[in-house]
Amino acid sequence: MTALLPLLILLTSLVPAVVIFFLPERAWRMRSAINLAGAGAKLGLVMYMLDRVAAGALYEFGFPLVAGLDLLLRVDALALLFVTLSAFLWLLTTIFAIAYLGHGPNQSRFFGFFSLCVFATTGIALSGSLITFFVFYELLTLSTWPLVVHRGDAPSLAAGRLYLAYTLGGSAALLLGILWLEGLVGPIEFTVHGSLAGVDPGTLRVCFLLLVGGLGVKAALVPLHAWLPTAMVAPAPVSALLHAVAVVKAGAFGILRVVFDVYGIGLVQGLGLGLPLAVAASATILYGSLRALAQSDIKRRLAFSTVSQVSYIALGAALAGPAAVVGGLVHLVHQGLMKITLFFCAGALAETLHIHRVEELDGAGRRMPLTMLAFSVAALGMIGVPPVAGFISKWYLGTGALQAGQVWVIFVLAGSSLLNAAYFLPLLYRAWFLPAAGGAAGPDRAAAPLGEEAEWGLVLPPLVTAAAALGAGLFAAVAFSPLGWARLIVARDYGLW
Amino acid sequence: MPWVVMAVALPFAGMLLALPLGRHAHRLAWAVLPSGLAVSVLLVVQVWRGGETVAYAIGGFAPPLGIALRADGLSALLVLTTALVVCATGLFALAEFRPPSAEREARASVLFWPLLFALWGALNAAFLGGDLFNLYVALELLTLAAVPLVSLEGKPETFAAALRYLLFALLGSVLYLVGVALLYGAYGTLDIALLAGAARSEPAAWAAGALMTAGLLAKTALFPLHLWLPPAHAGAPAAASAVLSGLVVKASFYLLVRLWFDALPAVAHPEAATLLAALGTAAILFGSVLALRQERLKLAVAYSTMAQLGYLFLMFPLTGGPTEAQPWSAGAWNGGILHAISHAFAKSAMFLAAGLILEAVGHDRIAGLGGIGRALPMTVFAFGLAGLSLMGLPPSGGFIAKWLLVTTALASGQWWWAVPMLAGGLLAAGYVFRVLNPALAGADEPVALRRPVPRRRQAIPLVLALLSVLLGLLPLGPYRLLWVGRPTAAEEGLG
Amino acid sequence: MTDAATLYGLCGAALVGIGLYGLIVQAPLLRKILAFNLIGSGVFLLLGAIAERAAPGRGDPVPHALIITGIVVALSATALAVALLLRLAGATGRSTLSPEPPPPAPGERNGG
Repeated sequence: MTALLPLLILLTSLVPAVVIFFLPERAWRMRSAINLAGAGAKLGLVMYMLDRVAAGALYEFGFPLVAGLDLLLRVDALALLFVTLSAFLWLLTTIFAIAYLGHGPNQSRFFGFFSLCVFATTGIALSGSLITFFVFYELLTLSTWPLVVHRGDAPSLAAGRLYLAYTLGGSAALLLGILWLEGLVGPIEFTVHGSLAGVDPGTLRVCFLLLVGGLGVKAALVPLHAWLPTAMVAPAPVSALLHAVAVVKAGAFGILRVVFDVYGIGLVQGLGLGLPLAVAASATILYGSLRALAQSDIKRRLAFSTVSQVSYIALGAALAGPAAVVGGLVHLVHQGLMKITLFFCAGALAETLHIHRVEELDGAGRRMPLTMLAFSVAALGMIGVPPVAGFISKWYLGTGALQAGQVWVIFVLAGSSLLNAAYFLPLLYRAWFLPAAGGAAGPDRAAAPLGEEAEWGLVLPPLVTAAAALGAGLFAAVAFSPLGWARLIVARDYGLW
Repeated sequence: MPWVVMAVALPFAGMLLALPLGRHAHRLAWAVLPSGLAVSVLLVVQVWRGGETVAYAIGGFAPPLGIALRADGLSALLVLTTALVVCATGLFALAEFRPPSAEREARASVLFWPLLFALWGALNAAFLGGDLFNLYVALELLTLAAVPLVSLEGKPETFAAALRYLLFALLGSVLYLVGVALLYGAYGTLDIALLAGAARSEPAAWAAGALMTAGLLAKTALFPLHLWLPPAHAGAPAAASAVLSGLVVKASFYLLVRLWFDALPAVAHPEAATLLAALGTAAILFGSVLALRQERLKLAVAYSTMAQLGYLFLMFPLTGGPTEAQPWSAGAWNGGILHAISHAFAKSAMFLAAGLILEAVGHDRIAGLGGIGRALPMTVFAFGLAGLSLMGLPPSGGFIAKWLLVTTALASGQWWWAVPMLAGGLLAAGYVFRVLNPALAGADEPVALRRPVPRRRQAIPLVLALLSVLLGLLPLGPYRLLWVGRPTAAEEGLG
Repeated sequence: MTDAATLYGLCGAALVGIGLYGLIVQAPLLRKILAFNLIGSGVFLLLGAIAERAAPGRGDPVPHALIITGIVVALSATALAVALLLRLAGATGRSTLSPEPPPPAPGERNGG
């Protein structure tokens, strides 16, 4: 039974996906119920496994396809870090999406692919071997595409085309890298110190470039990032999922797996690959922040912020010191919590007050206080203000950089924080301290305590995620906090601490 | 029961019965399709259980005197694939070719069924034939059944397409026949098993091999002999296109495999294998690019067939030649055959889906298909799933096939063959998503359906597409079956 | 000295060559069909020669059987080709494959 747990956890998303595809368009209640039931069941399973894995359990499920191609699911601590994040955020995103889309068209298609997308993400997290990872990674590419083009207007279709062009190109590089390595050493499972001993260093470097280059497309490493800001034309729940849980994170998670479990941290440093990766990540961090500063569309600004923030994860992996690794791992979760909050709020603002641009935010704090409260918490966290979670990430990354002797990274982090402040604080200032333009909501109209707040399905999810981001920072010392878990991974699985 | 014989005889019996039945022929489908499928399944079970080649000498005369039918794992798998695709297509066609129909020529409805049964019988005869002349007869029957299917609807431009197809096919078979004559003159037998022992690497065998290969390439539409394929496959009615593109071209490819690996292993030179693969590479690239540039859906799908056939020919150098068992040859062999099978399912699904779209909308200009995804969701979904296999993305049969072939290419040090395979996948993504992208477009200018398409019919391409995807999730079973009757030495590489 | 079998064989080869030339070079479809028949006859002669070489004086029965089967096949193929040609000529008034020489294939633009 326990051996089947990894499979079961996949089925909690696959079954809803398949069932929903065949539901008629009008079966709104049924669809929502199935979605929520799947998400709830998954969260329950994840909680159970968290407890077991903390106690040292390891779940594995293998499924042979062809000679040399086994699908292998393995629940280790790193996998659980990602699965927990995706299970938790999936539940909230589902609630948000149900409220956001209301009774719009093509819902069966949307929620079918939505669940399929989560299925693929879970598969990515649970993959125990490189080829399994690739299978789910591709599935993710394909199941996300219909979500990106969901609106079906010209910008969506163009974004979809760009998305596919980038990601499928990346996949080809990834596949080539995987097959090349497997041609040399046979099937590659994820193991703590890698399994590539004895391979020619030159080949290893080229393969690393192929793998990280391929994964870097989804992780939006500069210069492979152009698809991400364009893809923000998708509906808000999709952007939220794309930026916080699924696509971007899958790329970053893949980079973690390649660095930690395919090559091994030692080998990456030995081959001299750590520094170039750290430089690429730093460049992305600064470039993304600079571009975000120049955007006047809120969602586009958030998208460029993602480009920047996700690279903290790769940066942590590249620096290799224990604190840096913890920082990178924990940022996987923290960035997800904060960024999903921001996108939820942006979606709620757009849906309720039709606010799309920065200038239109004036007075939004009074009109939608709860939403803007969540937004502010997350934005402050992004900047790195304690005690929100983002501070923890940056602290550990900075410490790690010093441990690794890469002092310049401190300047990158500081510069990035300044830039973050520069593009987030004006939003907060406008929302809280400027009066609403055009008298749409003068002081007299704010009679209701919650102003023009959105419906609860749009308000509750960002509040919960904002609270989670705050909690992850406040209670970072607890064993089951993201930080506690990241330290467990680093100490127990990688023996670094 | 000699299921081998039944597999050939049953469809032909169906054809003979269908002719006098005339406009009631479609009722016969309810009997022939399921029983043919059952026979194929039983044949597979027989080969699987027995674990060795099932041979049957017709009339009790053993070769070289008599004619043998042989079913090893490869033949059995292809017979089963054929049965599944033909049955699905037959079910699909029941709505299309059922008199009386106001729009179509009554002749089409009457002729479709005997032709389909004849095609099925000829395919099975080609897959099960044990001597080269039988295979010639099977190929000719195949041509004679396939060509009229192209022009079944009597549209003027299809006559030209059918004629071009016929001429290419006849040229191919006559070249093949010259090769057969040369081989008989040199070795006094045409039985594949006996030839394998007798044939040596000498001018007569070279000439015969070259002529037969050239003839079969013309029938398989390998670049640059592909000119006939797109107009013929695109012009035929959907049900016919599905079998033509999915199955018929595979029969001549299968013969080529038999010829190279089984009949004349001593003659097949590495240089010749490289030439075949180079032509295959050209086919992948040209076919995909041409598919990308088509304005009409069915033509794009037809050009994609040309491209996908190219992959099959990469198998020849990757197996490392038929004689010496390389550690990696099993991968290439499995990959090539799996590609042929998954393409059969995927492409027939695609043509049926394209046919439904054409039928519902009244045209198949890709630019005019905006929003078709909302009108025909199942059909578009089937098209996308089939596309998954063509692109070689997981999870699908096409992915496993490509994975096996690319792994083999890298493991055997022939990495250059991996490049066109990966590039071909990207190009395939291009032409598949070129169709899907507008299909999911919004309701600005929704396509008007000329007539509704019942869900039942939409389900058929979906089932075929699902089969092509599920092939990628099957555990090792079919590969074991594939190796029934192959030289065991080559099986070592499976590890 | 050349025996009858060699002569037949050479004639067959020549016919195949002439037929191939005609099939490729001639534009009118009827000529292509005739050229195909010419190749067929060439192959049958070749087979006849092989039968004679295999069993001088009596003739090997297997190639004879092949010839008969081949003739039947060629006849049906020719009948089909001529029928198609008649329909093509009836529908379009053309007796060649395309107004311009191929490629590009004609069905690409105007098909429905």
